[in-house]
Amino acid sequence: MTDTLTPVLTANWGDERAWKLVNYERVGGYQGLRNALGMDPADVVAQVKESGLRGRGGAGFPTGMKWGFIPQDNPKPKYLVVNADESEPGTCKDMPLMMASPHTLVEGVIISAYAIRSNFAFIYVRGEVVHVVRRLQQAVREAYSAGYAGKNVLGTGYDLEIIVHAGAGAYICGEETALLDSLEGRRGQPRLRPPFPAVAGLYASPTVINNVESIASVPSILANGAAWFSSMGTEKSKGMTIYSLSGHVTHPGQFEAPLGITLRELLGLAGGMRAGRELKFWTPGGSSTPILTPEHLDVPLDYEGVASVKSMLGTKALQCFDETTSVVRTVLRWTEFYKHESCGKCTPCREGTWWLVQILKRLEAGQGEQGDIEKLLDLCENILGRSFCALGDGATSPISSAIAHFRDEFEAGMHTPAWELFPYARSTVFVREPVGASA
Amino acid sequence: MSAAVEPQGPGARHGAPVGDNGVEDLAGAGHAKTHFDEPSLDFTATSTAVDDAVVEELRLIAARYPQARSALLPMLHLVQSVEGRVTPAGIEACAQVLDLSTAEVSGVATFYTMYKRRPVGKYHVGVCTTALCAILGGDEVLERLQEHLGVGNDETTEDGAITLEHLECNAACDYAPVMMVNWEFFDDTTPDKAVAVVDALRAGEPVHATRGARVATWQETERVLAGFPDGRADEGPTSGPQSRLGLQIARERGWHAPSVPPPQADDDDSDEQESA
Repeated sequence: MTDTLTPVLTANWGDERAWKLVNYERVGGYQGLRNALGMDPADVVAQVKESGLRGRGGAGFPTGMKWGFIPQDNPKPKYLVVNADESEPGTCKDMPLMMASPHTLVEGVIISAYAIRSNFAFIYVRGEVVHVVRRLQQAVREAYSAGYAGKNVLGTGYDLEIIVHAGAGAYICGEETALLDSLEGRRGQPRLRPPFPAVAGLYASPTVINNVESIASVPSILANGAAWFSSMGTEKSKGMTIYSLSGHVTHPGQFEAPLGITLRELLGLAGGMRAGRELKFWTPGGSSTPILTPEHLDVPLDYEGVASVKSMLGTKALQCFDETTSVVRTVLRWTEFYKHESCGKCTPCREGTWWLVQILKRLEAGQGEQGDIEKLLDLCENILGRSFCALGDGATSPISSAIAHFRDEFEAGMHTPAWELFPYARSTVFVREPVGASA
Repeated sequence: MSAAVEPQGPGARHGAPVGDNGVEDLAGAGHAKTHFDEPSLDFTATSTAVDDAVVEELRLIAARYPQARSALLPMLHLVQSVEGRVTPAGIEACAQVLDLSTAEVSGVATFYTMYKRRPVGKYHVGVCTTALCAILGGDEVLERLQEHLGVGNDETTEDGAITLEHLECNAACDYAPVMMVNWEFFDDTTPDKAVAVVDALRAGEPVHATRGARVATWQETERVLAGFPDGRADEGPTSGPQSRLGLQIARERGWHAPSVPPPQADDDDSDEQESA
């Protein structure tokens, strides 16, 4: 039986200057790369497949299988792109990883690129995090100087260029095909699939796109073995992962545990909800995953467990709200986010999110009209599945799930403003004691 | 997408709902405000800081990529670092280097929220008002700053020191409410703390991010994002207390990942993975 928490990716986050190469090597860094370079690339892919690692960016697609889709007989260059555009509301695991231990990611990039026989890798990081960008730039430079990247990696004859590429502010670029358009110097708008990026991705060449945490998990698999990795987690959700607790909890923060831990266990570690308050609703994996309630506290937080209660594990961004919170207000603010971030390409998403905001605003103000709830649901039905990418789908998740669980609050929006039912000042955390003073 | 193309009148600002029931005109009386109504690029401006040396740096960025156009986003960051915004001259320079039309470059520049068409202050102060931060107090922080600075959303103080903007989620939710200054993290903020930060910035005092470096100017920051490191990656801590909370608890309780790799299973059944 594995321990409740299993720090691997987060193990050096408390170390002095953990971001420096010398300190990363001191804790075993780049051993996974050395192991990988002694193997045939196809065997590296096989080992990652065997580990059971699934994508940590939301969809949960098996990472090794994705790599296996790269057609090795295609004469075009192959590309590896790391999706470091972390922007899904609630999601806050990749930024601290890249700030504390950028070499974990860089080592993963080199191993992964080697596995798919790519000589060019990109780390597409959102622009609004300059210090993360600095640490990544420095880590990549250090990797070149040490011979881990550049020409003739560690004398093996393998060449790899790595570019740290800063985005410019657009949630949609976290969608993999929009990210590719953005990386090609265009407006970040999604592409219709097929063809999938594995066949025609960046510059219409075979491309693997993986989330930061997925790639950062690879060095540990190469260093410790597939069986070690799959000894953690549940039957179909293997390994350790980072859970991000935020909101009205006593001590919010990052918790690395085997897949399958429950919110009840995590809340126990985080000191529970803030004093005197109770959990009202939560997201399992960011704002695009349907909200859950206290009745779901014991659902195993793995891909299958969360799917079984009609939500998604997503990015494991556990946003917890207490009973002072207005559901209508929360859903409005998420919907405003999607409206702002819709790229405008597909009509149902572009127009639909705008109309959803109008209706939710009047419900928040207590000026809802008869039929508004039905109209919201109807709009959601007409957005879901009718756009190129999942942004539109994600926009409907909070609304339809909130109406399912808290319909009475939407009905109250016909006559009473949300700020009267739930005075907003009570939801703020300004009274909270400073967290982790001893850390 | 770009704030510049979003219909957003002054009454549409986020924040407490005081005096604004938030219901916009759906149709009829007047039209929704679009970017055509915004004070747009000043095409009469003839002076520019984009000189030969800058064009040379733009070419350097383009040369990093297998296909030059990929460099457009960092190139626009560089334009902002020398011009203080995206200017017509900067757009022309990018277009020339990449052999694109100015319309193609403008099309990209107007899509991304970090590209500004009006001059940005020395310090860009952003307050997250996406759901979780808003509810935990981001709305109050923004409102207080607006009052204190006397500016609305996406406006700059008269002394040119501070541009204030509300942000969408900046990936630091365990530190909510979050404020960013020139894209550095200011964690666990409060209205009082936020006011103290902007006052110190206006007074020219050195201000350090909670997790990050001493705050540089907005233009200096844009240069880093263009891919020209400023040598300050070693400033600031490894992590904040929330980031290492789980690690700390694991240490206290003696929990760790399996340390000894178990023997390799002969016939592992992991091939049964289903495609999603």
